[in-house]
Amino acid sequence: MKMNGAEITISFLESRGIECIAGIPGGANLPLYDALHKSSIRHILARHEQGAGFIAQGMARSTGKPAVCFATSGPGATNLITAIADAKLDSIPVIGITGQVPTSLIGTDAFQEVDTYGMTLPITKHNFLVRSAEELITVLPEAFRIAASGRPGPVIVDIPKNVQCEHIEFAGWQKEKTKPAAEHKINDLPEADIKHIAEMINKSKKPVLYVGGGIIHSDAESVLIDLARRSSIPVATTLMGLGCFPADDPLYIGMLGMHGARYTNYILSEADLLLAFGVRFDDRATGKVEEFCPNASIIHIDIDRSEIDKIKKSNIALESDIADAMTAMLPHIKNNAREAWIARVEQLRDEYGFKMPFSADPLNPLNLVKHIAELSPKNSIITTDVGQHQMWVAQIYPFSLPRTLLTSGGLGTMGFGLPAAIGAALANPDKRVVCVSGDGSFLMNIQELATLADLGLNVTVIIMNNGHLGLVRQQQELFYKENYIASRFQSNPDFAAISRNFGIRSYDLGDESEPLAALGSALCVEGPCVVNAPIHFAENVLPMVPPGKANHEMIGG
Amino acid sequence: MTTITHRIIELTVNNHPGVMSHVTGLFSRRGFNLEGILCSPIGDGARSRMYLLVKREERIDQITKQLEKLYDVENVSLRDDYDHTLFDRLHDLVKGI
Repeated sequence: MKMNGAEITISFLESRGIECIAGIPGGANLPLYDALHKSSIRHILARHEQGAGFIAQGMARSTGKPAVCFATSGPGATNLITAIADAKLDSIPVIGITGQVPTSLIGTDAFQEVDTYGMTLPITKHNFLVRSAEELITVLPEAFRIAASGRPGPVIVDIPKNVQCEHIEFAGWQKEKTKPAAEHKINDLPEADIKHIAEMINKSKKPVLYVGGGIIHSDAESVLIDLARRSSIPVATTLMGLGCFPADDPLYIGMLGMHGARYTNYILSEADLLLAFGVRFDDRATGKVEEFCPNASIIHIDIDRSEIDKIKKSNIALESDIADAMTAMLPHIKNNAREAWIARVEQLRDEYGFKMPFSADPLNPLNLVKHIAELSPKNSIITTDVGQHQMWVAQIYPFSLPRTLLTSGGLGTMGFGLPAAIGAALANPDKRVVCVSGDGSFLMNIQELATLADLGLNVTVIIMNNGHLGLVRQQQELFYKENYIASRFQSNPDFAAISRNFGIRSYDLGDESEPLAALGSALCVEGPCVVNAPIHFAENVLPMVPPGKANHEMIGG
Repeated sequence: MTTITHRIIELTVNNHPGVMSHVTGLFSRRGFNLEGILCSPIGDGARSRMYLLVKREERIDQITKQLEKLYDVENVSLRDDYDHTLFDRLHDLVKGI
């Protein structure tokens, strides 16, 4: 059967079960859209390619499966780049398919030509510039394999327009065989190392599990719970790990690092054994790395070999899927109540636990997060933007299920929250999706309110509005002698009115006599809703480890 | 340039446009220094052999692990047994200009 490159691409995506693609058409990807016209795949027309990239991320982060976004050449591709770089730093399987000018024009500064391949080289797991329709037959399955295998990551496939239009004889894609239930390859792991690790855990007096995004990517939450409970090991998570261990479990000690609670960082600095599982010793988690867990031996297990000993030398390390490794070690782990260590952990929790505000003001940011948690169903998906609101959510929202927090951890991209929420809602029509944002972040992708209005999804946006770039203001207050510059907005739009003009229901909690009732309605009624929540600009995220300082040198809290 | 101050990393890579960018891009973005490169196709031309000259004090372990992650890199090995004069002759060539 004769097919052109565009039809081969679209039929491939169908064969891989892709149901939804976010993107924006333009000159260089119109053949792809023409093929999409005949397809069962639903297209989500974003209002900016960065929005399309984050919609794909929202689908991928909430399901763990690869998701696809489309952009045209030139500005389409450059607009997509931030979302792709974001996916790289958080290991998210996103496949960006970009149109490119025809091969004959590449290198001539043609209209809407940029070197997408060159620009995406350092921000993807891998990238392809496809030179013929024939090449698509190997490149497309490879792109999916690369994105989803091992440590996941984004892949760009740049397809020149003439390749999209080139007809070749093609028999069609085989439907991908449904994979058998995840087989743990525990027999492939070095048994001596597994036993050695188990022995170190059994012998240690003060172990702590330091776990992150790797647990979520490998669906390892249940074996993590088994391991932690059997050996009574306190669990601290990174920002990317939130939700992989139940927040209400007595062994849970919260998020570590720059904005972790005091007791969390203190417990880590007392540990004699650090179980670094599915983590990469990010500077926001470790603080000054020389002084991170100074008394602990380190067991580092990660699927990416290059993470081992990159930042901190481990005593023993294993390159493995973390679910496989924990499953293999579990039979060798002895039951252990660790009374003395658990008592010490509880003592530190009592003395240095996270402090909620005395005031019951619902517009205090921490109270607001608490109320959002109380008023939302437990399986709700929370997305955040980047800044103070993100850290307040990370500090106290009681995440208990994996993939219920979608946040830009590594790149820290303001503007992530709304489009990611749209993607999550598309992939999870049965769930409520709540985007907690700030006024600074929200304006960075506010155009996606139009996409949300198109789709009528169950997305509630809550804008913590302090009229500032709050985390910048906070750093200027604490570390730059209160020299405030460029952190206060001279004007701020009426977000509730803007939302109504996009066709979306809204509330302004500053105008409500019963703000909690309005919040409850915003979180429960079908369809999209935007809530403006004015908060005081001088609220800071505390405690805080000053940049470059050790985690035990926190201020505040 | 001697084996005391430098090491040679030998790579087997797919031979297509872009591979060199992936390798050199990795060095620049990870802050590794690259002192010299030699590259030539091997066999039927589908693959190339690449020799990278790096200083001994570089983080060799990180460099090799990161190189191994590149999709188009098939094999990475550290060669301390190679004759560095290859690079020395290049050095002479450059000096001669």
